[in-house]
Amino acid sequence: MTNKELQEALEAKFSSQIIASEELHDALIIELAPNDVHGFILALKEDNALSFGFLTLIGAVHYPDELNREFCVVYHLHSWKNAIRLRVKSYLPKSNPSIQTITDIYEGANWLERETFDFFGIQFEGHPNLTRILNMDEMDYHPMRKEYHLEDQTREDKDDRFFGR
Amino acid sequence: MGKIEDLEVINGEGYQLTTLDKAVALARSNSVWPLPFATSCCGIEFMATMGSMYDLSRFGMERMSFTPRQSDLLIVAGTISKKLAPVLKKVYEQMAEPKWVLSVGACASSGGIFDTYSVLQGIDRIIPVDVYVPGCPPRPEQIIDGVMNIHKLVKHEPMRRRYSEEYRHLLGNYQIEVTNADNDK
Repeated sequence: MTNKELQEALEAKFSSQIIASEELHDALIIELAPNDVHGFILALKEDNALSFGFLTLIGAVHYPDELNREFCVVYHLHSWKNAIRLRVKSYLPKSNPSIQTITDIYEGANWLERETFDFFGIQFEGHPNLTRILNMDEMDYHPMRKEYHLEDQTREDKDDRFFGR
Repeated sequence: MGKIEDLEVINGEGYQLTTLDKAVALARSNSVWPLPFATSCCGIEFMATMGSMYDLSRFGMERMSFTPRQSDLLIVAGTISKKLAPVLKKVYEQMAEPKWVLSVGACASSGGIFDTYSVLQGIDRIIPVDVYVPGCPPRPEQIIDGVMNIHKLVKHEPMRRRYSEEYRHLLGNYQIEVTNADNDK
């Protein structure tokens, strides 16, 4: 199955849900509204022809300048049967970055969603245990958000003059 | 006995006299049992130091102790993330006195290149360090040099030090209690 065929199959079935689609780095990207993601992924998994049976990755991106589209949640799906990959994106506003969990579809989504919550603060509604997974428990912010410093803020030996700042 | 020439001794016909301090320190320094706390590439260099090529056992250190309770020297080799910091501190607290700490490499000493929210910026923020070994990672020769410096400290440490008020104050800075059994005497 090629990306073109996949795109046509998806357009035929979900034309009302798909906001945008494009092909980037040899993989098809589908953008959906947050409320449609769960049903879309479930349908893709249960569809016998498409059979996207494998969840490769869940991640997020922070675009601080895009108003009400600050957070993008990305799902990478893989169909072993058709040997094709698909990326599903959904944009969330910063005021309420929440989306329905897909742990009921893929068990493997559990840790991936915890990681995305840990680093970006995305709330996955219905997740059985949405707690930090990689960072220390005492951390009180989500470090991959752009408003926070990447560097450790407790160092006193770093003089800006030595770094050309 | 090993390097008796390092000590101030009185040699007589068939006997040698020295102070208890120095005899104990000599014995200690020639059988330091290390606990390797290796997390990354510095740990690989430490393994090379352990191996037959560089052979740390020449200095009475072939006995790696993977339990903190039976070790004298904590060798921290590698990046310590903030999440791992309480574990490292617990390991240090579980070691029996007297104990020493060798910080191997840039990461353990200062955070190294990982100046980031998730990495501890030097283990001396949570436990006292006796000797720092620079390098990223340091070569086995450098690690051996660090170990030699530890041996020098061990050899010249007065027996009272671990019971002193200064030592209690030092550990107090790290919110660690001195665990000598006869601490209060």
